[in-house]
Amino acid sequence: MAELTEELSSVKAEEPGAPTKDVRVHPNPDPVGDSRAGTPTVIVDDLHIIYRVYGAATEAEKGNAANALMRLLKRQGRPQMKEVHAVRGVSFVAHHGDAIGIIGRNGSGKSTMLRAIAGLLPPHSGAVYTDGQPSLLGVNAAMMRELTGERNIVLGCYAMGMNPAQVKEKYDEIVEFSGIGEFVQFPMSTYSSGMGARLRFAIASAKAHDVLLIDEALATGDRDFKRKSQERIKQMRDQAGTVFLVAHNLDVIEETCNRVIWLHKGKIKMDGDPKAVLAAYNSA
Amino acid sequence: MSQPESAIADAQAGGPSNGTPDKGQEPLAKLAERYGLRRAIARPSLPVYLRQLWERRHFVMTYATSRNVSKYSNSALGQLWQVLTPLMNAGIYWLMFGLILGADKGVQNYPAFLITGMFVFTYTQRSVSSGAKSISGNLSLIRALHFPRAALPFAYTIQEFQQLLISMGVLVALVLVTGETPTWFWLLIPVALLLQTMFNIGASLVLARVGSTARDLNQLLPFIMRTWLYASGVFFSIQGKVVGAEGDVFRQWIADIMYFNPAAAYIELMRDLLMESHAPRPYIWYVCIFWAVFALIGGFWYFWRAEEKYGRG
Repeated sequence: MAELTEELSSVKAEEPGAPTKDVRVHPNPDPVGDSRAGTPTVIVDDLHIIYRVYGAATEAEKGNAANALMRLLKRQGRPQMKEVHAVRGVSFVAHHGDAIGIIGRNGSGKSTMLRAIAGLLPPHSGAVYTDGQPSLLGVNAAMMRELTGERNIVLGCYAMGMNPAQVKEKYDEIVEFSGIGEFVQFPMSTYSSGMGARLRFAIASAKAHDVLLIDEALATGDRDFKRKSQERIKQMRDQAGTVFLVAHNLDVIEETCNRVIWLHKGKIKMDGDPKAVLAAYNSA
Repeated sequence: MSQPESAIADAQAGGPSNGTPDKGQEPLAKLAERYGLRRAIARPSLPVYLRQLWERRHFVMTYATSRNVSKYSNSALGQLWQVLTPLMNAGIYWLMFGLILGADKGVQNYPAFLITGMFVFTYTQRSVSSGAKSISGNLSLIRALHFPRAALPFAYTIQEFQQLLISMGVLVALVLVTGETPTWFWLLIPVALLLQTMFNIGASLVLARVGSTARDLNQLLPFIMRTWLYASGVFFSIQGKVVGAEGDVFRQWIADIMYFNPAAAYIELMRDLLMESHAPRPYIWYVCIFWAVFALIGGFWYFWRAEEKYGRG
């Protein structure tokens, strides 16, 4: 494991001014019972992601029809199409039983990196190697606000790839865990934002994942639900899964994670023990 | 996930990666190999892809039904619109083309002729236009979950198929009202619908891929669809208008080309089955079967070729 640690610090050293020198990676300071614990599950190797964004025109280019026609005549490409270099050369290794928090400002590439780990965004260069299929806790994209909670549970479970028997088996558990009670009969558009978030988390976490990627899911919900969801994340880690957690809420990260990666402008600024990284992040 | 990594995924990732710059350390790619980790993005082979799609059949069906339920959930009449919309459409076209423009000359039982054409064409038109949006309109879903992307065009076409089943009930009732009597040929209606559905799925797979990159397609589609509508002989008989009574060879040749248009062929086929007075060109069945098989296989292959690129934005 020593060579990895050194390698990570070599990546971090690219960012000057970051207090990275003494930070050591803790692959697994909280050992779990599984024999696979400590072996790599996700390897991110010099990952670059470039997004193409449409409609990001500057004031001068902003389009009336005449401008658009002139561009066509002059054979200029579409100026609205901008490339955003969201992740710029990130490398790290995650292990069985890790819960890795990812922090950073808005637009620092956190969500993009998660999507790349999940295999949902093709890398521009570099590669992501994974053991099994990482899943993003993003079942809400399949859900429909006009439909009842009941229908959404079924739809969400199928969207995650369950079969009808599994859906039947998990249904009650999901309703119970979400704690929305009789609201399950009502359309989701009538839910409060907390209730919606609880139902989404309950559905998404109903399936066993090898590698689970959570993007800001725990920001909403009351105190009680936060505790429940943190317990469930811990359970997943105990089953030797790997959990990635993106959050702006730093206490959640501190309570849940055993390692924190700080992304800044698409690069790793710091990577290591939660206390050290969070302290540096807070003072930055 | 024991899938062979595709050459495309390799090429996209910039070939075998040269992980660490420092000498003497194990490159990350080697480490990944040692622990048997795989690239996250790889296009499955066609048989694997087909199997994955089959495993997601419950999702496809539930997604289609859910979209149908949510579509009318805000209107007072709700699901009744599934019947009202085709009825009102048929009424307007009958008023326009049957009564005002008098396009019914030379066509026996023009109301049945018109509404059959209208309903059959609407099914293909709606499948194709919604298929074109099935990828570009679902980027958040594609970026959040793993599933064979072909599930989306399939779900959209099946959603239209569910609506069609209701429309077919209306159509059969209307055709009976116009004086047609049921024949044994009516038993072949499901076969005709199956062929048309195969074509629709294939066409929407093609347009889903095109629409995922060509963002201007959605602006163009209404015009393409309207042209297609007029060229498909919905309001008039291609044979009657183009060839007329004289039976000119060259004109017959043009008409035969127009009947090769899949929409025209499926319309003719359905009219043949439903209306006793209607006699289509003898080759219509072959055209319909050809388009069904060709579109489904070709469209599926074409869609699968870009599987790992959907969601790139």
